[in-house]
Amino acid sequence: MSILVIAEHDNSSLKQATLNVVAAAKAIGGDIDVLVAGENCGAVAEAAAKAEGVNKVLVADNAAYGHFLGENLGELVAEVGKGYSHILAAAGTTGKDFMPRVAALLDVAQVSDIIRVESEDTFVRPIYAGNAIATVKASDSIKVITVRPTGFDPVAAEGGSAAVEQLDVVKDAGISAFVSEQKAESDRPDLASAGVVISGGRGMQNGDNFKMLEQVADLLGAAVGASRAAVDAGFVPNDMQVGQTGKIVAPQLYVAVGISGAIQHLAGMSDSKVIVAINKDEEAPIFQVADYGLVADLFEAVPQLEEELKKVL
Amino acid sequence: MKVLVAVKRVIDYNVKVRVKPDNTGVDLANVKMAMNPFCEIAVEEAVRLKEKGVASEIVVVSIGPKAAQEQIRTALALGADRGIHVETDEEVQSLEAAKLLKSVVEKEEPKLVILGKQSIDSDNNQTGQMLAALTGMAQGTFASEVVVDGEKVNVTREVDGGLMTVSLNLPAVVTTDLRLNEPRYASLPNIMKAKKKPLESVSPADLGVDVAPRLSTLKVEAPAARQAGVKVADVAELVDKLKNEAKVI
Ligand SMILES: Cc1cc2nc3c(=O)[nH]c(=O)nc-3n(C[C@H](O)[C@H](O)[C@H](O)COP(=O)(O)OP(=O)(O)OC[C@H]3O[C@@H](n4cnc5c(N)ncnc54)[C@H](O)[C@@H]3O)c2cc1C
Repeated sequence: MSILVIAEHDNSSLKQATLNVVAAAKAIGGDIDVLVAGENCGAVAEAAAKAEGVNKVLVADNAAYGHFLGENLGELVAEVGKGYSHILAAAGTTGKDFMPRVAALLDVAQVSDIIRVESEDTFVRPIYAGNAIATVKASDSIKVITVRPTGFDPVAAEGGSAAVEQLDVVKDAGISAFVSEQKAESDRPDLASAGVVISGGRGMQNGDNFKMLEQVADLLGAAVGASRAAVDAGFVPNDMQVGQTGKIVAPQLYVAVGISGAIQHLAGMSDSKVIVAINKDEEAPIFQVADYGLVADLFEAVPQLEEELKKVL
Repeated sequence: MKVLVAVKRVIDYNVKVRVKPDNTGVDLANVKMAMNPFCEIAVEEAVRLKEKGVASEIVVVSIGPKAAQEQIRTALALGADRGIHVETDEEVQSLEAAKLLKSVVEKEEPKLVILGKQSIDSDNNQTGQMLAALTGMAQGTFASEVVVDGEKVNVTREVDGGLMTVSLNLPAVVTTDLRLNEPRYASLPNIMKAKKKPLESVSPADLGVDVAPRLSTLKVEAPAARQAGVKVADVAELVDKLKNEAKVI
């Protein structure tokens, strides 16, 4: 078996999710090559070459891939990937965008968002917002798979010394173009891989009040997340949404503040190791999954939390 | 321009999902079904394009059993002009759904195809992208804004790092995210009117597509249940427990 892992990156650094995907590839077994497609992405290729268990790094460095447009990546990955038994990418918004195109171009099914590998053709994935866990078997000759990073512990980022090979395949479909982006700037850790996440919901009342959570987050080295209601209301940007249709997180500690615990929210955080809920409604469903529940008004509890943490940290 | 919208009949998002005791799937007997929420957003976007004079006709298509006609009628009540029902009782997976839609696209030649980004049953997030690849169209996935501008459409996408805007040649495929719009409710007179709108029924065989699934589900289980923990009396106790019991800070 030979597995092609598509690296997730921003042209300058390799995203940790790639290491989780390599771990999924190791669980399948076989030679693992990593494809780095981007523009001026040499540093990413070097980082990928050091990852544990990587056999070879293929680099497609061209302006056509600079913004990871699905039309171009889809064609590239279908072309490079057709010689492999498995093609894997992280189930982030980039992988979700181009991987189904790869599958369609190869005329094979895609298995989305796997959390476990049972064998080379059998995988486990959540369905119905995580209310059911399906074991599915893929019959196509090439398996196109997106991997939920929280399902696999990352391989070591250092220690490997894979060969790096430049590809000169340029696939520019010419039907789409990048216009602009609005990147959320934050010095805090990445939500998807942070060890501690503190999220706010509709109970926060407005965006300014999220500053209270940010102060606690800074003490804990945490990322800040949100419920859909908080994003829809415009308190915080969309990339902070945790849940079935937002980001999936599984930190050591997840603190839900003013979040009721709708099933769609739980789908994104219920694999966290320890869950804390702060909510003034003792009947809120979030308490059914919380290891530690505090029934309190968040406007009193969160400032107190900041003070108490300062004492012990 | 003509807009094609694909909608799926799924379990209502408020229903508590139960896994069947024999682990063959999810229990859908006597369960409330509805239009997938992301598909509602797709219909709404098409209707708004029509209200702005950008769209001239909205065709809504659904793949599924006879009962999926309810969801087509809902879309017609919301403002779609006519419906196409691809009727099948078989399980249709994403790739096969995309092939059926491709066949409809070839016949209807829409300028824009709008779909939900994922259905809340299988949570696959694949069909729109597969349709785009099979038809050679550009795709604007996870859209939070869609602006048609002559022969192009600008789509703002919700991506992991924030928002990204792309410009796509038409015809193109758009898949909707939650913030694209807030769907309206159908009014009673419109529900009545929808009953008279044209609805054509075709079979996968009519469209020349083999819908045999490529993925087989070996079993479906309930997730490991999390135990509810304890209630703490105050913030001091919480911090103490996190530090000394759970040891996570
Ligand atoms: C298709 C679809 C996809 C969805 N995807 C997601 C998703 O990915 N992520 C997601 O989060 N949701 C998602 N949702 C929405 C989800 O169903 C809920 O509507 C949402 O999670 C509710 O957010 P909330 O808990 O912040 O708000 P609410 O349910 O309104 O809860 C607010 C909570 O704050 C508490 N509160 C209020 N004031 C205070 C105070 N002063 N002190 C303490 N507590 C207070 C209240 O007691 C209440 O429990 C989705 C829904 C659909 C239909």
